[in-house]
Amino acid sequence: MPRTRGAADPGGRRELLSAGDVARTVARMAHQVIEKTTLGAPDAAPVVLIGIPTRGAPLAKRLAARIADFSGVQVPTGVLDVTLYRDDLRRHPNRPLEPTSLPEGGIEDKLVVLVDDVLYSGRTVRAALDALRDHGRPRSVQLAVLVDRGHRELPIRADYVGKNVPTARSEGIEVLLEELDGRDAVELVG
Amino acid sequence: MKHLLSCDGLSRDTATAVLDTAEALKQTLLGREVRKLPTLRGRTVITMFYENSTRTRVSFEIAGKWMSADVINVSSSGSSVSKGESLRDTALTLAAAGADCVIVRHPASGAAHRLASWLSGTHTSVVNAGDGMHEHPTQALLDAATLRERLGGLDGRRIAIVGDVLHSRVARSNVHLLTTLGAEVVLVAPPTLLPAGVNSWPVTVSHELDAELSAVDAVMMLRVQAERMHGGFFPSAREYSIAYGLSEARLRLLPDHAVVLHPGPMLRGMEIASTVADSPRAAITDQVRNGVHVRMAVLYHLLAGEEEVA
Repeated sequence: MPRTRGAADPGGRRELLSAGDVARTVARMAHQVIEKTTLGAPDAAPVVLIGIPTRGAPLAKRLAARIADFSGVQVPTGVLDVTLYRDDLRRHPNRPLEPTSLPEGGIEDKLVVLVDDVLYSGRTVRAALDALRDHGRPRSVQLAVLVDRGHRELPIRADYVGKNVPTARSEGIEVLLEELDGRDAVELVG
Repeated sequence: MKHLLSCDGLSRDTATAVLDTAEALKQTLLGREVRKLPTLRGRTVITMFYENSTRTRVSFEIAGKWMSADVINVSSSGSSVSKGESLRDTALTLAAAGADCVIVRHPASGAAHRLASWLSGTHTSVVNAGDGMHEHPTQALLDAATLRERLGGLDGRRIAIVGDVLHSRVARSNVHLLTTLGAEVVLVAPPTLLPAGVNSWPVTVSHELDAELSAVDAVMMLRVQAERMHGGFFPSAREYSIAYGLSEARLRLLPDHAVVLHPGPMLRGMEIASTVADSPRAAITDQVRNGVHVRMAVLYHLLAGEEEVA
């Protein structure tokens, strides 16, 4: 695999996005959301950003902040834990649940943008679509991911992709965020 | 976690994980139109009650159904138990029929442990829903959940458990769980209603309710279990009520933040005055509400993850 940038450290880590890259990527995605959802237009559906824990939650907040900077529109954000809807629970030891908090106005008839850090098999997104259905009926649902690493197992694609990264299944993608990890970066592991 | 049989031996980490899951479930279900999660679809939960119960059985049934498990209720009357089938054979039958989890209530102390040992080698989990005078772990977990919610935490809190400690599995489970979670427990009861060996429990013991009330963060009133009493444990119901009942006057001795709990069923006018049970200080309906979420959490921890063989 070609080296995009940065040097591999002894543990086999390679930086794909630096802190600056992450900020620029989120800003670009914010512009795309504004354009594609015709945010602020009189006939546009109200947009809500729903982050999928763990790292989708702070990403949704950042995306909303950038959107507010660029368009002046405050879009509500929320968090949707999808653990209870996963189809692979029996394959792993028990996962702890994360709190779910939807924005005040709910998701009924809203344009919901699901936000996650990495799109891989698509199973998390499928679980999120099922979970959303139990909370109401959005007018439409879109998907924003910071990294699309391929290897889809379901017919799911993202509407907004920060960076496409071709990977091997044996490799791992780690998204690090200031809020949780103390620094921003995207790294390829293994 | 393969079984939930007692609070004795339950680690602080496991207990905290179950309570955290219950809290997340409660919050997830809050204000939702569809109170049903697909998590345990296709799993079969059988409740096996050899003793009467309203809230525990209903609570487990609702918990299972809200997690999409198939819940089947077996009671001793109306089943082959009334033809003389043993507990062991009934349990093996239910496991062979495909039960992923058997929830058992039984008048004999230790019944749930026996059941778990008979079912070892199968994939079936066992939950103790009350065994004789031994333990009732999900009740203690829902009490802890309610106290955490009302008091913000249990570390360093002082909880009085008052009344018929001798016959109470709720008291035993709570003593273990609350102390594991960092609370101090004081048992308040007449000497006749305290078990032998209580001195070895990690608690303080008192016979004077009035002396304890001003220093506690919560008081848990126990039902006087007439059905387990054969003999005179106290002179009269009226005398018991005067010495150990939670009256309105006693409620005023409690600190303002203190919470009143009762595991139910209540004997109003006996261990708790009717006005106290209905006062905003009482968290009795909260306990029932939290019971569903705690039992959902228990089923989640037993049945959702990778299968454990034990």
